[in-house]
Amino acid sequence: MEYLIGIQGPDFVLVAADNVAASSIIQMKHDYDKMFKLSEKILLLCVGEAGDTVQFAEYIQKNVQLYKMRNGYELSPSAAANFTRKNLADYLRSRTPYHVNLLLAGYDDADGPGLFYMDYLSSLAKAPFAAHGYGAFLTLSILDRDYKPDLTREEAMNILRKCVEELNKRFILNLHSFNVRLIDKDGIHDMEKLTVGAK
Amino acid sequence: PVGFLKSCNTEGGARFELHHGTTTLSFKFKHGVIVAVDSRASTGSYIATCEYNKVIEINPYLLGTMSGSAADCKYWERLLAKECRLYRLRNNHRISVAAASKLLCNMMLGYRGMGLSVGSMICGWDKEGPGIYYVDDNGNRLSGRMFSTGSGSNYAYGVLDSGYKEDMTVEEAYELGRRGIVHATHRDSYSGGVVNMYHIQEDGWIKVCKDDVSELLHHYKKGMF
Repeated sequence: MEYLIGIQGPDFVLVAADNVAASSIIQMKHDYDKMFKLSEKILLLCVGEAGDTVQFAEYIQKNVQLYKMRNGYELSPSAAANFTRKNLADYLRSRTPYHVNLLLAGYDDADGPGLFYMDYLSSLAKAPFAAHGYGAFLTLSILDRDYKPDLTREEAMNILRKCVEELNKRFILNLHSFNVRLIDKDGIHDMEKLTVGAK
Repeated sequence: PVGFLKSCNTEGGARFELHHGTTTLSFKFKHGVIVAVDSRASTGSYIATCEYNKVIEINPYLLGTMSGSAADCKYWERLLAKECRLYRLRNNHRISVAAASKLLCNMMLGYRGMGLSVGSMICGWDKEGPGIYYVDDNGNRLSGRMFSTGSGSNYAYGVLDSGYKEDMTVEEAYELGRRGIVHATHRDSYSGGVVNMYHIQEDGWIKVCKDDVSELLHHYKKGMF
């Protein structure tokens, strides 16, 4: 029911998440932000079981901040992703596993942009593009078709718009607005919210 | 508690709810926050009492509503009231609505998966202005302008969403709160009794009314015919 998407370009990562916080059939909030800022150039997008998402994401967020305070420099996106995965894996076979699906997007000054796909079974994959949720079934093929490794920001936004259009056309749930953010060497930039008029 | 609840589960997976069935709602508008609740406490299909106060007055500017298990809500919100009072004494300033709701949320998360049933809205007015936080036993904590919880919440949302205007007068807001509860209790068999309504302003909350639901409904219907 919730939707996350990330597209990595040659020097940026574009991410978007829907804005709905739902409880069974009711939309409790229409402007809910599912992105957590781990550091100046890393974003964690988190969906899954209620309560688990915020709890786990805030735990990772605070630990990443702690690393920075202790060591004087920030964790790289790859290190943060592996740290997150390790935590998911440790809790997986405990009494209280966290049922969360994540996308971690970041820009490393040394390695460039990176997008990491993680799911509740603590798998980790670095991918050029990724999506979570039922909406992923509809939009991954669009990404497969139109993605190229050297795409510009405009082209990435266009692919994102195409994905959102497809969701609005074929997905039974009404996801009418999406938070969009772009990460590059200058940090995290809030892009214009993607909203779609009533069908 | 986990073992006991498991033993109460029927084959079909329907849970044995202890005290369940409510409609509570709250919304922010230009002149503060309105909190309205019904007052029926049900045990399965038996009405335990028709005059149960589902609003906990944590302190003169913070209110908590109750839906789900009455025992759980009452206990945990009283514990929250104790924590808020301790915070005030230790830090010499009042606790914010966000912090109070976070305290309750963490209490719920401590007992995750053990069968607590709490759906609460922490409403109040602090330095940041009016605030409503929805907290439940899953660990959900959402800040918003309007929430409704309980078995009758779906019906209340319908009335609230269609009648809400940001710049309502105080009287219009009282009427909207009343209407939300009345129409929800009409359709939901687990809600009823009286409407307990509170209005939270900058200097604290006031209790607005305690009107019987059937009398209000009769009054509304009379206007129709």
